[in-house]
Amino acid sequence: MNSDRRSPAFWLLAAFFAAYVLFLYGPMLVIVVLSFQGPDGGLTFPMRSMSLHWFHKLAEGLGTVDISSALKRSLGLGLTVMAFTVVFSVLAGLAFRKKLRFANVLFFTVVASLIMPSIIVSLGIGLEFRLLDGAIKKMLETFGMESALENYGTALGIYTSALGAHLTWTLPFGLLIMFAIFNRFNPAYEEAARDLGATPWQTFRHVVLPLIAPSVVGIGMFGFTLSWDEIARTTQAIGDVNTLPLELQGLTTTVTTPSIYALGTVTMVVSFLVMGLAMGLSTLLAKRQQAKRDT
Amino acid sequence: MSTNTSPTLPAASTPGRTLAAWWQALPLTTVFVLFFLIPLALVLMVSFWDYNQYEMLPGFTFKNYISVFEGCLSRNESGDLCVTLKTYLSTFKFCLLVWALTLVIGFTVSYFLAFHVKSSGMQVVLFVICTIPFWTSNVIRMIAWVPLLGRNGLVNDFLVGYGMVDQPIEWLLFSNFSVVLAFVHLFTTFMIVPIFNSMMRIDRSLIEAANDSGASGWQTLWNVIVPLCRTGIIIGSIFVITIVMGDFVTIGVMGGQQIASVGKIIQVQTSYLQFPLAAANAVVLLAIVLMIIWALTRMVDIRKEL
Repeated sequence: MNSDRRSPAFWLLAAFFAAYVLFLYGPMLVIVVLSFQGPDGGLTFPMRSMSLHWFHKLAEGLGTVDISSALKRSLGLGLTVMAFTVVFSVLAGLAFRKKLRFANVLFFTVVASLIMPSIIVSLGIGLEFRLLDGAIKKMLETFGMESALENYGTALGIYTSALGAHLTWTLPFGLLIMFAIFNRFNPAYEEAARDLGATPWQTFRHVVLPLIAPSVVGIGMFGFTLSWDEIARTTQAIGDVNTLPLELQGLTTTVTTPSIYALGTVTMVVSFLVMGLAMGLSTLLAKRQQAKRDT
Repeated sequence: MSTNTSPTLPAASTPGRTLAAWWQALPLTTVFVLFFLIPLALVLMVSFWDYNQYEMLPGFTFKNYISVFEGCLSRNESGDLCVTLKTYLSTFKFCLLVWALTLVIGFTVSYFLAFHVKSSGMQVVLFVICTIPFWTSNVIRMIAWVPLLGRNGLVNDFLVGYGMVDQPIEWLLFSNFSVVLAFVHLFTTFMIVPIFNSMMRIDRSLIEAANDSGASGWQTLWNVIVPLCRTGIIIGSIFVITIVMGDFVTIGVMGGQQIASVGKIIQVQTSYLQFPLAAANAVVLLAIVLMIIWALTRMVDIRKEL
């Protein structure tokens, strides 16, 4: 492999790689194409003319399922998870650079959460909130607050249990990225800022943050897209309303029109938009950083 | 509950810098205590509880574990294994198949990227191409196989059209085959990323040294590259195995809700509000997954390599 001419092994491996990429993207492409199926078309090829018919059908709603509110819930949860993931990961990333007792225990807990079968985490969070419900009801009963007791439903919800469940999935990624960032980070910049009399906050705000900003955008992207597509950890921890991927999973058994492909295309477009925005923002921040250093 | 994260609070006498570190780690720690450690402890606790049709009944009983393993000590009259063993055997079978396939594909793809793609810019682009689908919905990537593998799908059209088979093949979709295919499609990324990462850290002069000493390509691959990316292989294996062991979404959708899996059993039991029984199953699953991870990490010191 040292010669300049490509060896036969190279071409063999290149063909394997190409086949893998085709395997990876081919089916997704099929979904996108089929979602533009004409009104008479079905779930499979051939295409019977092109139209946006199934997107219109999707906008009208699929049977009893309210797609637009599921979409709003997923967006809201995704953005919240993104914000928490960015803030908590950056803070924890800074903490791990200092002397932190139990740093090992915390690190292994985070990694354990990453490789824990999701159904177990999901079941545990579901149980936690059910037991919490029981405790709250008992308390209301003891204090004789009958009306509050009657109105009380459950603590399970999008911004309680589901948010927690999503964070156990996104934060490990965020923390690992922070480790990667700070492995390459030169502390001399911070020392310089300190020597010039900057407070810890000023050092962070004007020196550290601009330097790590491009990668922090990546953490935000992880946070949003991982939450946007999450199913396994949400199933037992969501309460009585569903996010978009859960609706989608339910629809796989009941919907037999290309509307489901249209829904797939829509969620894919959102994922790609977020990825594209994040990459663009990240490059922009890195460029500005470079420009500042050059002047 | 949120105030009871005592191990995270600094002692009063610790210096200011350590105190700041704890404050910074506190939000993350709180999340994992509240939504990971306490839930796991509750799963263990509830697995010893009793239940009726409406609610869980606090107590201490081995009833749930006994019913998980009911009939497992001896074969029943018809010579069948008990449900739990059968389910685990089928899950292990998926695990082994998916692990072997993702490992071979992941290793080959990483090897091509790391050692055959010369420009580092191209390397990054191709690597990103391999990881992008990871950020899109798993369910969509699963149902994407329907128009290809279905009875009237592209594959069957092709096979029938060219006269290779007389009638459409039925086992392409909603079968063991489609489950394994979907797993490989979804999770090979988990192999590529760590293996590629370890390969990029291999000192290229070691490979030159192997070449100079007259090692053949295969010898270099087997005796130099494979041992040096062992960490990546083990990390990838842990990801793939833990995912397949606990999965219920992929097996559900791609198996046409017909194939049993441990995760599926837990999910079904919770839908009948049999939480203590589901918890007992979860504890058994967790114990088995931990044993597999323990065995895998015996082979490599992951802490040293991070």
